[in-house]
Amino acid sequence: MNGVPPAVQARGLTKRFGEFIAVDALDLEIAKGEVVGFIGPNGAGKSTTIRMLCGLLRPSAGTAIVAGYDIVREPETVRAHIGYMSQKFSLYGDLTVAENLRFFGGLYRVPRAELKERMAFAVTMAGLTGREDALVRTLAGGWKQRLALGCAILHRPPVLFLDEPTSGVEPEARRRFWDLIHSLAADGVTILVSTHYMDEAEYCNRIALIAAGHLIAIGSPGELKRRDLGGALVELESPQPGAALAALHGAPGVVEAAIFGDRLHVLLAPGTDAAALAPLLAAHGLTATPPKPIIPSLEDVFVRLVSRKPAPEAA
Amino acid sequence: MFERIRVMLMKEFLELKRDPWAIFRLVAPLVIQLFIYGYAATFTVNHVSTVVLDLDHSQASRDLVSHFPATGRFEIVDNVTDQRQLNRDIDTGTAVAGIIIHAEFERRLLNGQTAPLEVVVDGTNSNTALIALGYVSQIVTVFQADYANALRASSGAAPGTVSVSLQERPWFNAGLEDRWFFIPGVIGTLALMQVVSLTAFAVVREREMGTLEQIMVSPISRVEFILGKTVPFFIIGLVDVALVTGLGAVWFHVPFVGSPFVLLFGSSLFLLAAIGLGLLLSTASRTQQQAFALNFFLVNPFFILSGFAFPISAMPEALQWFTFINPLRYFIVILRAVFLKGVGFAVLWPDFLGLALLASIMLGVSVLRFQKSLD
Repeated sequence: MNGVPPAVQARGLTKRFGEFIAVDALDLEIAKGEVVGFIGPNGAGKSTTIRMLCGLLRPSAGTAIVAGYDIVREPETVRAHIGYMSQKFSLYGDLTVAENLRFFGGLYRVPRAELKERMAFAVTMAGLTGREDALVRTLAGGWKQRLALGCAILHRPPVLFLDEPTSGVEPEARRRFWDLIHSLAADGVTILVSTHYMDEAEYCNRIALIAAGHLIAIGSPGELKRRDLGGALVELESPQPGAALAALHGAPGVVEAAIFGDRLHVLLAPGTDAAALAPLLAAHGLTATPPKPIIPSLEDVFVRLVSRKPAPEAA
Repeated sequence: MFERIRVMLMKEFLELKRDPWAIFRLVAPLVIQLFIYGYAATFTVNHVSTVVLDLDHSQASRDLVSHFPATGRFEIVDNVTDQRQLNRDIDTGTAVAGIIIHAEFERRLLNGQTAPLEVVVDGTNSNTALIALGYVSQIVTVFQADYANALRASSGAAPGTVSVSLQERPWFNAGLEDRWFFIPGVIGTLALMQVVSLTAFAVVREREMGTLEQIMVSPISRVEFILGKTVPFFIIGLVDVALVTGLGAVWFHVPFVGSPFVLLFGSSLFLLAAIGLGLLLSTASRTQQQAFALNFFLVNPFFILSGFAFPISAMPEALQWFTFINPLRYFIVILRAVFLKGVGFAVLWPDFLGLALLASIMLGVSVLRFQKSLD
């Protein structure tokens, strides 16, 4: 993009744990200043990928260039140019807010002259002004989370990896956290953030869908929703959703059926009439509300793409 | 480099300062164990409960029996009249030793014949039994001499038999005080247990909290991390040694005749080895429970194979070889030598060399094993 090298460029990134392939030949390119959401179920390989990009795990094959440095050949230089935050908000509970910041500032050798100002910025960002001397273990989740982010950016890293940073935090704090992510991106920081909250995916410039170690699709939320389904999506409600799902699976004209809460989402093959579903269910002695067409959500796209494996190229 | 080590040290000491139990956890176990060893750990056998079966009822037999309580080693708890009663006393634990004087004891003595004395001891505690038997033979020797002298005096005969008298002169511990033997060893044992577990738990705790991952993702070097993490325990270890040495000398009056400098040098090498061991444990443990189990598994063999209580020279040869990889083995030699003998490097250099080798191997391996990655 305009000749600026990508902030993250992974080529064939692979991680095996014994026989198990956690990440399989992953290619990924993230432009400077982009916010990319890493979406996928638990165990899909999100954390493993992020940890490889941070130099915490050695790739079994492939490599990546992060902030201009090779993660395999120059891991220490990579470390100096990235920020990392995990879902554990790894801070020292028995240290105060200011002591934690000073510790991480020292670890990254933030110059003394700048440390004060950057600490003040982090404290303001976390909304902890006036509570610099509070012990971190006394803080609620949302504050800890924002302070952990503050510690991760003290050294002004151009690339930031956030591994499920919003898990276990109340919705209001999650929303505030995303505001922070966007203000950092506006300053040119590149951010790869993993989450399993589908609604958060909408906040990202692009989304990388990952399942069973494979990158299934990547694109903006709008792009992903428009493409890929290849048929009309309808929603219906049934008092026996489990039985209805079983009846619909593999039925003629039904490409895919999935349960979303108390509803069923059914993807119809092109040319199939939604009205055909009611008799089909009735044949199994089941009832349902009349199917109504819906706009696919990211979750629909995700379900569809995951089920289409192992032939993602067909998309 | 120094900035990172400085902030690591600051963090460690702040965490220690914030922990209201830290002082208690660091000091109380040491002091309590020192006092337990100081007062309770003794090989001396006193007041052995004894049952007497005197079937002779003579002047000589009464004289012999009276020799037993006179030394303070034995306490006569029962006088019985037949063997069955004596057996019951031993079986029930009422008595640990039984003295049986058969009939004709005095008559045989007067006739110049061998007069048998039967002694039964409860061998369930083999150590106590062995020591008690030793005392019995001492007492009998004394009785024999006294009796012979008395006989000669009454008969007016000239001294005939030649007797050899043994002059015992134990060096370095003239009174053969068990405490002098135990307390220097306790210093090493306690410091080992304290420092290995503190180091291992401190690293594993950071792993569990996730802060280790956060540190590993920073550009800190392995050596910076390990120094920042272990220097506090080195200092704590030195304070431990000083505290227990001071208490041993002042409270328990164990003489300290050697050079504090030799002790400081030996302690430093020993603590480096202990820290290396703790780091090795931490690299082999994902959780604090695992570290605890490993620590528990290691401490006893280290203790037994150190020469602290059981002489290494009496162990099977294969086990003697194991003692060479035990830092405690060398440190206990150094501690006892510095406390009681006052010797220095000229004599102790092989032990210093052993400690130095162990410390560099253990620290070296743990630095190599400590990777800045999670796989």
